[in-house]
Amino acid sequence: MKLFGLTSPFLVGNSRVTKHMIQLLLALIPALGALVYYFGYGVLINLIFATIVALLVEAFMLHLRGRPLKPFLTDGSAIVTAVLLALALPSLAPWWLTVIGIIFAIVFAKHLYGGLGYNPFNPAMAAYVLLLISFPVEMTSWLPVNSINDHPLSFTHTFQAIFSGQLPAGLTLDTISGATPLDEMKTAIGQSVDPIFVTNHKLYGMIGGKGWEVVNLCFLIGGLFLIYRRVISWHIPVAMLASLALISSITYFITPHTSATPLLHLLSGGTMICAFFIATDPVTASTTLRGRLIFGAGIGLLTYIIRVWGGYADGIAFAVLLMNMLVPTIDYYTQPVTYGHKK
Amino acid sequence: MKYPHDTFPGGLKLAGHKAISNQQTIQEAPLSKHFVLPLHQHIGEASLPNVEVGDKVLKGQKIASAQDYVSVPLHAPTSGTIIDISEQPIPHPSGLSAPCITLEADGKDEWINLDPVADFTTLSEHEIRQRIRDAGIVGLGGAGFPSFIKLNPHTHHHVETLIINGIECEPYITCDDMLMRERADKIIAGIVIIRRALRVKQCIIAIEDNKPEAATAMQQAIENRSDIGDTDVMVIPTRYPAGSEKQLVQAVTGKTVPSGGLPLDVSIVCHNVGTCYAIAQAIFHGEPLISRIVTVTGEAVDKPRNFETLIGTPINLLLEHCGSKLSEDDHLIMGGPMMGFELLRYDLPVIKTCNCVLTRISSSKPKPQPLPCIRCGDCAVACPVSLLPQQLYWYTRANDLEKARDYNLFDCIECGCCSYVCPSEIPLVQYFRYAKTEAMTIEAEKRKSEHARDRYDTRLARIALEKEEKAERQRQRKAALAASKKAAEAEKQAEQQDTPT
Ligand code: SF4
Ligand code: SF4
Repeated sequence: MKLFGLTSPFLVGNSRVTKHMIQLLLALIPALGALVYYFGYGVLINLIFATIVALLVEAFMLHLRGRPLKPFLTDGSAIVTAVLLALALPSLAPWWLTVIGIIFAIVFAKHLYGGLGYNPFNPAMAAYVLLLISFPVEMTSWLPVNSINDHPLSFTHTFQAIFSGQLPAGLTLDTISGATPLDEMKTAIGQSVDPIFVTNHKLYGMIGGKGWEVVNLCFLIGGLFLIYRRVISWHIPVAMLASLALISSITYFITPHTSATPLLHLLSGGTMICAFFIATDPVTASTTLRGRLIFGAGIGLLTYIIRVWGGYADGIAFAVLLMNMLVPTIDYYTQPVTYGHKK
Repeated sequence: MKYPHDTFPGGLKLAGHKAISNQQTIQEAPLSKHFVLPLHQHIGEASLPNVEVGDKVLKGQKIASAQDYVSVPLHAPTSGTIIDISEQPIPHPSGLSAPCITLEADGKDEWINLDPVADFTTLSEHEIRQRIRDAGIVGLGGAGFPSFIKLNPHTHHHVETLIINGIECEPYITCDDMLMRERADKIIAGIVIIRRALRVKQCIIAIEDNKPEAATAMQQAIENRSDIGDTDVMVIPTRYPAGSEKQLVQAVTGKTVPSGGLPLDVSIVCHNVGTCYAIAQAIFHGEPLISRIVTVTGEAVDKPRNFETLIGTPINLLLEHCGSKLSEDDHLIMGGPMMGFELLRYDLPVIKTCNCVLTRISSSKPKPQPLPCIRCGDCAVACPVSLLPQQLYWYTRANDLEKARDYNLFDCIECGCCSYVCPSEIPLVQYFRYAKTEAMTIEAEKRKSEHARDRYDTRLARIALEKEEKAERQRQRKAALAASKKAAEAEKQAEQQDTPT
């Protein structure tokens, strides 16, 4: 007879971390396509490169910490971190920028805190902020969207640009990169000039920033897929988008000439990727249902504040990290009332 | 009857797998040659044997008596000879042994003289309880709490609602389902008796909506009976663990039982349908609880079904009778797949609380190495008592049991919903069970050491007092000595002065 038995429950559900991570990656495909379409092959090259680096760093760290490689490498979390960071980097980000970012994300923001599940800060966002502060020039050199880009780069040229820093003769990073819609907005607000996002501005697309609006809509579609598949719950995205929409509507209503439209806020920069893919990172988000609403709403609010009054064009990463810090407090005060206990 | 919407949170929608075993009528289990009868088959004190090895007993004869208030007697399941009274392996999660009476059947299955009651209205409430106690009846839904206690409203409580639990929310188990389908009249008869003992106005029979045949049968039986009073069938959406007492109370009435309390605190009493049936048998036929319906099901038996099984029947007899295909590495579970426990041997006896013997189920494989908790919160969403399992897990792992208690560890009903949904496959319930036992041990030790400390303190105080007394005596003695010395000296001096030089 057997010595050690199993204990109940003997039934197990079919939810698995790895499965979640795979679905998350699948849900990013439409947006990845859009990003490549609008900003060139650099996005794809960065993404693959970041993933490889991330797996190597993760394996190295697991080895150092004496952890089994297989379950942790296949849980997919390192890949997700790499992919999210890569998608947040400018398309011509030099290779060393990616390497520094990944090392920081996986070694410092994750393993030094105890590995998956123990990190208080979203690793991808922590790395993003580090890079933004340390290498502001490289981190803000976005190519203009293809349709208004006078110097579209071929795959080889992009590859060269990323890995050797060589641009085709006659071009410099300065000349080919341009302002993003959010940069424009920031500048415009700084100078209190009149509506910048009138429909004839060259950065303006149908309802938001050119290219960015499509990218954001793709993230939105991917996010809805995740909610439908129950990989994420609706609480954080809905709370974040609602708070961002609400506050931008209010200010737009009060000062229509110096404020960007709510739609621009919702469909620019990292709004949608944050709402569905970054803020919903379970490890670093609030775990209670009410807490998630507060957490999401906080990110929406902080994003707006930083975009409009802060020193950076997009406030997503900062907003996420700030709210990450508040998670223990939020969780503590939003505990559900246990059965049989008084409110 | 309408189902109120204010029900318990979380829970799981599980595949029922009920059709495996509810396609056959209830059959009588074969008569075993030997019966092993644990003295402790209920919550409370074990019963005390009143037979000796070598005694001949008849079917239904009392072989062990209740030892305390929370205790019930035990009866011989068939006629035969007592061949042993000793420690035997029993079906229990611990896998340990406990005192049992072993009976060798003589094959005649000869009843003792029974004492049925034709008109139960001639019995007082107290007499009803006494008979039910003497019949050895305990809650047959799983917990095994002596039923007569739950038929006593006590003076300070007034029972408003009697809830009859026909939920059977665990997958695979169908013993209550089959009992309701086939013996609804008897169950209703039992309910009539319970109503009388509790003097309760309203009774609700709760059945999950995956058992429509049972609900219809029960409804029909209610209509057939004129003295049933205000009794209704309430069909409840199937969701695990609706059959757990506290969740049942919430699902049926919207009320919640205070933490650490009983349904009685909110004027509710719950009884299982199987218990109602046993009560009817005891009153109307005078038969003690010597058998119960057991579901034998799972993928490793050819003919899964329900058996009317004598208590003490070895489980392998049932398995053989169903065409067991169990192999060495199959698991055998007593109870359901969510809250049952694994049996480490096949020859253990059926006990009063054994509702199901479950053989191989597809997912009962050893679980892989769990990943770390990713704080997804799925467990908290699934928890029917609104705990935060991930926090509990965190603190039990850190062995911070104080903190775990702050997060209401002791309100966990060990339903397993959290473990079921966890994407990291962390055996959460296992941690909580461990933490509870640990916390209780610590508590007990603290009490013991407090007691010891008290004793130690009194001893110290006594010693101190004695010391003081001794010192006092010494001082007095010294003082007396000094005084006498002084006196002596004075005398001497006086003498010297007196003495002429
Ligand atoms: S379900 Fe598992 S992984 Fe998710 S929070 Fe609960 S314990 Fe952690
Ligand atoms: S086992 Fe305990 S913590 Fe887990 S879901 Fe059930 S009641 Fe909640």
